[in-house]
Amino acid sequence: MELVFKWEWLPQLGRGLVLTVELTAACISMGAVLGLLLAIARLYARGPIYWLASAYVHFFRGTPLLVQLFMVHFGLAGWGISFTPLVSGIIAMGLNTAAYQAEYFRGAIQAVKRGQTMAALSLGMTWWQTIRYVILPQALRLVLPAWSNELVYMLKYTSIVYLIGLPDLMGVGRTIASTNFRFFEVYAVVALIYLALVLIITFGLRLVEARIKVPGLGAVRQ
Amino acid sequence: MTAGDWRGLVEGIPSLLGGLGINLQILLGLIALGFFAGIVVALIQVYAPRPLAAVAIGYEWFFRGVPEMVLLMLVYFGLRQFHVPISPFIAAVIALGLRSSAYQSQIFRGAIQAVGSNQMMAALSVGMTRFQAIRHVILPQALRLSIPPWSNEFSSVLKDTTLTSAIGVIEVFKRARFIMGRNYALALPTFMVVALFFLALTYLGNWGLGALERRYRIPGLEAKGAGERF
Amino acid sequence: MSLLVVEDLHKRYGKEEVLRGVSFTLEPGETKVIIGPSGTGKSTLLRCINRLTEPDRGRIWLNGEEITSPRVNIYRIRAQIGFVFQDFNLFTHLTALDNVRLGLIRVKRMPKREATERALRELARVGLADKANAYPAQLSGGQQQRVSIARALAMDPKLILFDEPTSALDPELIGEVLEVMIELAKGGMTMLVVTHEMGFARSVADEIIFMEKGVIVEQGPPEAIFTRPKVPRTAEFLRKITEFYGEQG
Repeated sequence: MELVFKWEWLPQLGRGLVLTVELTAACISMGAVLGLLLAIARLYARGPIYWLASAYVHFFRGTPLLVQLFMVHFGLAGWGISFTPLVSGIIAMGLNTAAYQAEYFRGAIQAVKRGQTMAALSLGMTWWQTIRYVILPQALRLVLPAWSNELVYMLKYTSIVYLIGLPDLMGVGRTIASTNFRFFEVYAVVALIYLALVLIITFGLRLVEARIKVPGLGAVRQ
Repeated sequence: MTAGDWRGLVEGIPSLLGGLGINLQILLGLIALGFFAGIVVALIQVYAPRPLAAVAIGYEWFFRGVPEMVLLMLVYFGLRQFHVPISPFIAAVIALGLRSSAYQSQIFRGAIQAVGSNQMMAALSVGMTRFQAIRHVILPQALRLSIPPWSNEFSSVLKDTTLTSAIGVIEVFKRARFIMGRNYALALPTFMVVALFFLALTYLGNWGLGALERRYRIPGLEAKGAGERF
Repeated sequence: MSLLVVEDLHKRYGKEEVLRGVSFTLEPGETKVIIGPSGTGKSTLLRCINRLTEPDRGRIWLNGEEITSPRVNIYRIRAQIGFVFQDFNLFTHLTALDNVRLGLIRVKRMPKREATERALRELARVGLADKANAYPAQLSGGQQQRVSIARALAMDPKLILFDEPTSALDPELIGEVLEVMIELAKGGMTMLVVTHEMGFARSVADEIIFMEKGVIVEQGPPEAIFTRPKVPRTAEFLRKITEFYGEQG
């Protein structure tokens, strides 16, 4: 059993890595904005808006991301609405993570004690001021551990976009592996790069968490 | 779309259902592997001497940090490269099962720690061995506490079985792609049907696990809510 | 003109009628203490006055302005009514200083510098100038309640509502909060206080209101209520609460 590794593979993998990071950043930010809106809709809205938001969350959490990706990229194209692979990837993954993030936000907002709202209103704050200056600053601190998990999860999950033709880290690895017939070596290196990225993100976010930590507002970490 | 187009989908449904059966077989295999390996890894992490516990923690880190897709490729094509005659199905069960064992070990470890060392001391004080204490006192409580987070892991791996299409398992998603290949206009409704299959299975599974939890619930031993994507 | 007029207030939660026609007035500079058994609508009454809870029926005037009118800007009204909660409700994510400053900056739109000076002055008034940078979790219950009083004071309220401000405190911490409240009453602040502290009620209140089952049973000066209540129920309640909390209460 002989292992082969060529240094020239690394720059190619690096270019894939850049795409992976960009894709993760794009879909996670899109998901954060949409997720927050969904959470607020699920908490405070009634009637059709509540039902739509709930149905959205249930659908995207209950079905495979791979299927969602293909619905956006090939499914819509079949009906005349087509996007580039990059746009499809960002849309599908952004819509997916929004549903998960909505649930984390919702849980965190609910975890902010009711007395906090009462106190804010008693000072004469409006609903919007109460959410903006009292509820969100606390909820965002509470949500951070779950949110870091989600970020890591999405980073790993971007590896499916090679199936719609994007040269991300996984996609580049696959090309190198199959042209050189060195599957084990290349995928092992790809795995290690993902692992390093996960470690960097995890520890980076723990630093952020420690920095914005407030006594008495402990986020529960597993 | 014409009526003829739709017929392509209707006629494809038995094949899709057959594919779904394969997803369920993979699910069963990977959950079982992940369950037993997960318990062993969790027990090592909590009770084994430090060097061994560190290895178990490293194991968990590796399988939690590497994308499922890369693991699938690594196991299937990696082993094939060294002429190990492994089938896509077995490779899928191993790769996803090992990944799941890492996540399940995290769940079990949390539950074992939540049961607490007082229970262990009480068991030892009535003359049980450590193994007996784990088997008869710690695990019965820890497994009950594990059900709610475990149902998250369940619905996560259920959906992840579609990834095995990438190494050539002819499961439901792969079959949906075949239908798409014959008629692009059918892609959206076909994937929607597949999505609904999974939605139904997710709810069925969660309902079953909820019933299981209620069936074995003991007053005073309740898990505190966890809604995270593991 | 009375500072606060409450007229025929009603509130029900489902089947339970918590307030069944409560009326009273509060004069400028006056301290009124509401006493009565738990669950008789005292807290609901306070929350109705700044409309944290909407009354079902009845009207309230503050300085001659009807604040139960649907056209009134309730946020402007609330900014004029201080509220001190039983469990303090300090903003968990903010320091003592920021807790006191938040309303000044966001509601009163006061420049930050001015707000800081004002907040520090209020903290000094409740004896906590040195705790300005502490978070609520780093303060004792008594200290937290004093910060929450400072937070209410900073807004220059026309009146402060106290909802059992010492009930959540350990016995040894009650004194420091009562001291601050006594100083306020002496300084001419208009206060409406729900409490079980009979010592405070007796020595500080200008008038006592005894409430039970959603109605005012009896009201009058402390001496009259405590020494020769007209209604037998009042006497019975006072006897029980004195047994329970002790004479100093």
